[in-house]
Amino acid sequence: MSERPLLSVRGLTKRYGAHVACLDVGFDLWPGEVLAVVGESGSGKTTLLACLSGRLPVCAGHVEFTLRDGSVVSVLDLSEAERRKLARTDWGIVRQDPRDGLRLGVSAGANVGEPLMALGARHYGQLRAAALDWLDKVEIDGDRVDDLPETFSGGMQQRLQIARNLVTRPRLVLMDEPTGGLDVSVQARLLDLLRGLVADLGLSAIVVTHDLAVARLLSHRLLVMRRGQVVEGGLTDQVLDDPQHPYTQLLVSSVLQP
Amino acid sequence: MSGYNFAFLDEHTKRMIRRAILKAVAIPGYQVPFGSREMPLSYGWGTGGVQVTASVIGPDDVLKVIDQGADDTTNAVSIRQFFRRTTGVRTTTRADEATIIQTRHRVPETPLVEGQILVLQVPIPEPLRWLEPRETETRTMHALEEYGVMHVRLYEDITRHGHVETSYDYPVRVNGRYLMRPSPIPKFDNPKLDRNPALLLFGAGREKRIYAVPPYTPVRSLDFDDYPFTIERWEHACALCGARDAFLDEIVVDDKGGRMFVCSDTDHCERRRSGA
Amino acid sequence: MTSAVAVRGLTKTFTLHTQGGVELPVLRGVELAVDPGECVVLADPSGAGKSTLLRSIYGNYRAQAGEILVRHGGGVVDVARAEPRRILEVRRRTLGYVSQFLRVIPRVPTLDVVTEPLRALGVPAAEAVARARAILDRLRLPERLWGLPPATFSGGEQQRVNVARGLIAGHPVLLLDEPTASLDAESRGAVVALIAEARDRGTAIVGAFHDATVRAALATRLVRLHGQARQEAAT
Repeated sequence: MSERPLLSVRGLTKRYGAHVACLDVGFDLWPGEVLAVVGESGSGKTTLLACLSGRLPVCAGHVEFTLRDGSVVSVLDLSEAERRKLARTDWGIVRQDPRDGLRLGVSAGANVGEPLMALGARHYGQLRAAALDWLDKVEIDGDRVDDLPETFSGGMQQRLQIARNLVTRPRLVLMDEPTGGLDVSVQARLLDLLRGLVADLGLSAIVVTHDLAVARLLSHRLLVMRRGQVVEGGLTDQVLDDPQHPYTQLLVSSVLQP
Repeated sequence: MSGYNFAFLDEHTKRMIRRAILKAVAIPGYQVPFGSREMPLSYGWGTGGVQVTASVIGPDDVLKVIDQGADDTTNAVSIRQFFRRTTGVRTTTRADEATIIQTRHRVPETPLVEGQILVLQVPIPEPLRWLEPRETETRTMHALEEYGVMHVRLYEDITRHGHVETSYDYPVRVNGRYLMRPSPIPKFDNPKLDRNPALLLFGAGREKRIYAVPPYTPVRSLDFDDYPFTIERWEHACALCGARDAFLDEIVVDDKGGRMFVCSDTDHCERRRSGA
Repeated sequence: MTSAVAVRGLTKTFTLHTQGGVELPVLRGVELAVDPGECVVLADPSGAGKSTLLRSIYGNYRAQAGEILVRHGGGVVDVARAEPRRILEVRRRTLGYVSQFLRVIPRVPTLDVVTEPLRALGVPAAEAVARARAILDRLRLPERLWGLPPATFSGGEQQRVNVARGLIAGHPVLLLDEPTASLDAESRGAVVALIAEARDRGTAIVGAFHDATVRAALATRLVRLHGQARQEAAT
């Protein structure tokens, strides 16, 4: 077991005037762990992710991230430049709508290669090979490497976004409803892919979802949020099979079984 | 000419522009915003270059103006005349005699020396504009050196055409830091920018930006390790002077498809022919 | 602690908030210690909490009070209190569990389901597949099913996949919840033989078997969660 968590969050609070979006959220994330944050609309789970990634300023709290060399940075205190650099090298962010996380006007290969180019890669042949390799990993036909993402289906666009995020081997991936908006069968395929990639690459991830089935499939641990607060947390199968908090029990019992 | 200040612009404007130029020289390749004035020529005709020249020119300067390498095209003639009338300075077609050379779309073939100023006319100063329309975002990208996206452009070219298609206004990295557009000069001229002994000033009037490459500054054209930057080459020599290493224009001479190749730089060509 | 598993004062109560807060006390102060090589059979009738105990030891259910000590990697882990990643570690290396019903991702082929515990331990793919094939063969699951996802299998076929997955890694502790419930006599025999071998290798087993012949073949001791614990010598 490693000594330090990869990410350490304490007392994260975000208010909009009198409305509390996140209140005193805290957790540790260890290397190789996938944490799902579940809750219904308005639970604060998306706000939590936006605060963690630095997109939203917080009202209170600490977020500490352990870098590859073992040193620890306080994410909320980083300058814009440092934060963007961290996002390029160590973090990945998979958005719910893949169009928000892709460059629609350049080819699939360029989309996957760009993060490498941003880090200084300067060999066309190697960039193209890396792009083809990753398209293969996310099960996109190599023939499509020169096509524009506009011509891809929603599921393919999402898989392309995942490839673009993982190509730099980030240590932490934040995902916001990665399967939202996709057809059920497409969702299933994507979840299987994510499961495999996370396991193969030893990724740590925080997955925000309203879908308990996604949480069960992808995550080791679960946080249940309601009205900005974490009401329950623990091992995923334990929280879903033996929910303690009234709200968790309500959520679990509300899931339709086909 | 009465009623106009020396070089047309008032002294306050010149001071403002000189301050912008100093800042640009201090940060090679960085686009400095400036208060571009209304000039007696339209946007797109070199107002930026004219304002830069007007701010640095003095009565002892010798001015050369070229357009596409030629001293005798309409724009070159007009601008040269404008400065003759508003400053009274001596003008020349000889690059080695000029102290200031204002140019559109070419760098002179004659090597420049210390003490000379080359003023280039710029339509669009922002190299990242093709990908990112927001000025706020491109400024942030420059500040954070987020230039990976420029190589995406080259990548796409190689993917689509097998080589980098960009043949003019080819993006460069200045002093290892700022990404810059060298103005629509052919890529043939990019190597001339690298560690040039002269001061290179760039003016964009409509876009209201000035940037600079101080003397002896490294300027490197973007490329890939396996697709290195190359310049144009011709099979022909100049039909008039026989030059093999100058940029050649292709000129149609008759209705039967006859054509000849001549130096685009008229001064250079003439010099070679007269043996000077 | 010399036992492989020691449950002390385990209390588990379900509070159904969606049913007005009704409380179901299932386990109260359960004491149980299991040594390596023992097969402790829970002899209570249905509804007494056998599954609840097994799930609690596995960390799938949360205890309200008590300790669940598991000998793991040279130390002792209290599953009732351990952090999630610790429990996952214990499950990976030490605790095997065969639930009453197979629950798997619908699209994963049988071989992948069965090799998964080995892959999680870092066993190379080729070796894992070989061992999976061997155990499925022993359990007499037809080879034509190995490449298919178990979702469409019969109850008995699914159960054999479940057993294969639970036993393949040779964990030092096994928790078995009615592993032979829907099997015919031959398959039952195969499963019992596998479990007996595990026990004889020194595995500590806690199981719920309602079938008398299975108990007779496997149990070294019978306990009741309610009422007095009774020792019964193995035959």
